Amino acid sequence: MKTTLLKALGVSALLGLTATTAMATECIAPADAGGGWDFTCRQIGKLLYDLKLVDSPVQVTNMSGAGGGLAFANVVNERNTDPDLIVAASSATTTRLAQNAYGGATADQVRWVGTIGGDPGVIVVAKDSPYMTLSDLVEAIKADPSKITFAGGSAAGGFDHLKPLQIMKAAGFNDAKAIKYIGLNGGAEAITQTIGGFTQAMTGDISEITGFIRSGDVRALAILSPERVAGFEDIPTAREQGFDVVVVNWRGLYVPKGISDDAFNAWATKLQAVADSAEWQAVMEANGLAPFTLVGADFQGWIDGVVAETTTLSREIGVIQ
Amino acid sequence: METLSNLALGFSVALNPFTLMLAVIGAFMGTIIGALPGLGPSNGVAILIPLAFTMGLDATSALVLLTSVYYGAMYGGRISSILLNIPGDEPAMMTTLDGYPMARQGKAGDALVISGVASFVGAMFATAGLIILAPMLARVAYLFGPAEYFALYLLAFTTLGGVGSKNQAKAVIAACIGLGMAMIGLDNSTGMPRFTYGHMHLMDGVDFLVAIVGLFAITEVFFFIESHGKGSAIGVKLAKVTVPIKDLIKTSGSMLRGSVIGFIAGILPGAGASLGSFLAYMAEKSVAGSSGKFGQGDPRGVAAPEAGNNAAAGGALIPMLTLGVPGSGTTAVLLALLMTLNIQPGPTLFAEHPDVVWGLIASLIIANFVLLFMNIPMVKIFVKVLMVPAWVLLPGVTMISFVGIYSLSGSYFDLVLMVGFGALGYFLRKLDIPTVPVILGILLGNQMEDNLRRAMVVANGDWTYLFSSGISIGLWTAAILGFVAPMFLRRFLKRPPQPLDAEAD
Repeated sequence: MKTTLLKALGVSALLGLTATTAMATECIAPADAGGGWDFTCRQIGKLLYDLKLVDSPVQVTNMSGAGGGLAFANVVNERNTDPDLIVAASSATTTRLAQNAYGGATADQVRWVGTIGGDPGVIVVAKDSPYMTLSDLVEAIKADPSKITFAGGSAAGGFDHLKPLQIMKAAGFNDAKAIKYIGLNGGAEAITQTIGGFTQAMTGDISEITGFIRSGDVRALAILSPERVAGFEDIPTAREQGFDVVVVNWRGLYVPKGISDDAFNAWATKLQAVADSAEWQAVMEANGLAPFTLVGADFQGWIDGVVAETTTLSREIGVIQ
Repeated sequence: METLSNLALGFSVALNPFTLMLAVIGAFMGTIIGALPGLGPSNGVAILIPLAFTMGLDATSALVLLTSVYYGAMYGGRISSILLNIPGDEPAMMTTLDGYPMARQGKAGDALVISGVASFVGAMFATAGLIILAPMLARVAYLFGPAEYFALYLLAFTTLGGVGSKNQAKAVIAACIGLGMAMIGLDNSTGMPRFTYGHMHLMDGVDFLVAIVGLFAITEVFFFIESHGKGSAIGVKLAKVTVPIKDLIKTSGSMLRGSVIGFIAGILPGAGASLGSFLAYMAEKSVAGSSGKFGQGDPRGVAAPEAGNNAAAGGALIPMLTLGVPGSGTTAVLLALLMTLNIQPGPTLFAEHPDVVWGLIASLIIANFVLLFMNIPMVKIFVKVLMVPAWVLLPGVTMISFVGIYSLSGSYFDLVLMVGFGALGYFLRKLDIPTVPVILGILLGNQMEDNLRRAMVVANGDWTYLFSSGISIGLWTAAILGFVAPMFLRRFLKRPPQPLDAEAD
């Protein structure tokens, strides 16, 4: 028993360490292990160490809660001057900030370091679906919106929900509330429902469904990137089908607001070095990410634009007042 | 034949002294982690991921280590269920119902051996299923839409009446408390927060681990304090540990039935191990009919849920590997590991990375045998836990509960909530209201509601959609029978002579 308890103490000590160590660089993934933010922290963290940009292995902390809101509040309120802290972020972060889902927190309470990859949005249907092009699907919704349901990996009003809304808006269909959407736990579950024929289309990020596209279980109607994506050249963009919509789920980092400009610039330089490395290119290719690098001041400006745009759209569909 | 050569490939990758050592370490760590309240398989695997990278393990070795921890935790969860009446993790909850009464009767050793063997049977059954049927079984997930999932959860709730209480109405009250708590948090179907009162910590709802540790471990502490250590559940009688061959033979049917039910629940991404062990238990109870002493230490009540939850753990690997859909928290962490190693699970995984898939399967088999051999002789060591005086054991359990819960989100709020659940559990136990249905309500209530509302969106509010497929009609029939049958049977059957059996009808 004594050994059992000692082991137990060891395990809890280990747990305590992973939860609180601040000596080395710490990357907070604001969700449980296994999601996109966790992926960002682990991959960027691994490369930062492998490329010798930091001295010791990067400690990944999973701080889940309120869709990233708890981590955001924690950074703003308790870690505001920690120069060794980086936090994984994505479009979901800015979407929720724009929709005031972080309990009043705003995007200007942290500093946005950069994005080093993007996960383009996709609209897919099952392989036996009658819809061959994005136009087919859009016309079918215009004719009778009650016949088409989208499945996506975020809750109603979330990032996946906004994609079909933006496409329909570009097509001149403005009754956003008539477009049916069900939110599931992640893109893979959404695609299962679509292949099973329970929903007619799926909205997600391409990295979530690369396997299904390769196996031929689904047909991608459109990719929501500015250009076609390497490795998936036969998927047409929404733009070339006449719908001017670009939705890319970026993968990047923010840091506390209170750190010095030098510290901020150091992080921007390091992130750029990761983005330029051959290793990162390989990671992106293996996971269906498209190059999408914006670092430092450029990124800050871009974020402001995205937040403003999302706020407008969310207000139009009634997610916020 | 192809399967055999694939399996040989897997063993050639996985079977060497170093990976065997990793399997032993992983199995041992996993068992301990599983046994500690609040620390479940997903924590265990998450803790060890950085360790695997620090050690510079390659993909196969890392998988061997982590799957050993995964399976080990599924074995370990039962230990504290049986010995302390505190489930080590959520799927082990059903094992408290009969495992702890067995321990009270001095049959702790029997319960541990039976449940250990049941775990082995369940896990091996699931691994065999994974080997033979994985690509085909992946298709089962395509047959379950919102209506089918709703009916499946409904089945769980309609059969819940007789769980752990002599009074069905009390079980219903408990389930309603749990369902009410499940409403807290962000509503998936509208994106709006409910009952959060602007409090960000409540946005994600109540974590069921917080509820479990609070309702079981912290409640136990309150009872211990109140009775000055006398009326507490801790400190059961210890008899000689032998291998109860007779009971093992008697429960072999329960193990197999439990394995099948658990495995099916595991394959369905929305169901998982907790539902698997619950349905296995309830099915066994109805198979036994009035001959069972469920709730008072029936060995079948230990064998069925343990086989069920281990089979579900193996089954859950199927949607994870073939669809990339994690059916549980743990498979989500394993999925993360694979993705960090640049292996993308999905329909093409078996074709693209046969070495990884078959190496994983081989390592599951290795881990399972290691765990069986480790668990049967080591039962004696685990039973020695009982010899530690409660005033040492209980503070230790309390401390581990606090650390474990804090590690979930690093937030004091969960600790406060856990103590709150402890207080709730204290009053519920005083009123003889069972706590298991509360947790099932929290665990499954959300899913049930989400699926009902998804079904209504898809069908434009047409409720007949709920009965539109063969699967859902079958599940509805089972649910209605499960709810109504006990009421009618009670009229026809005479009350059993002993008052002890009164609730077993």
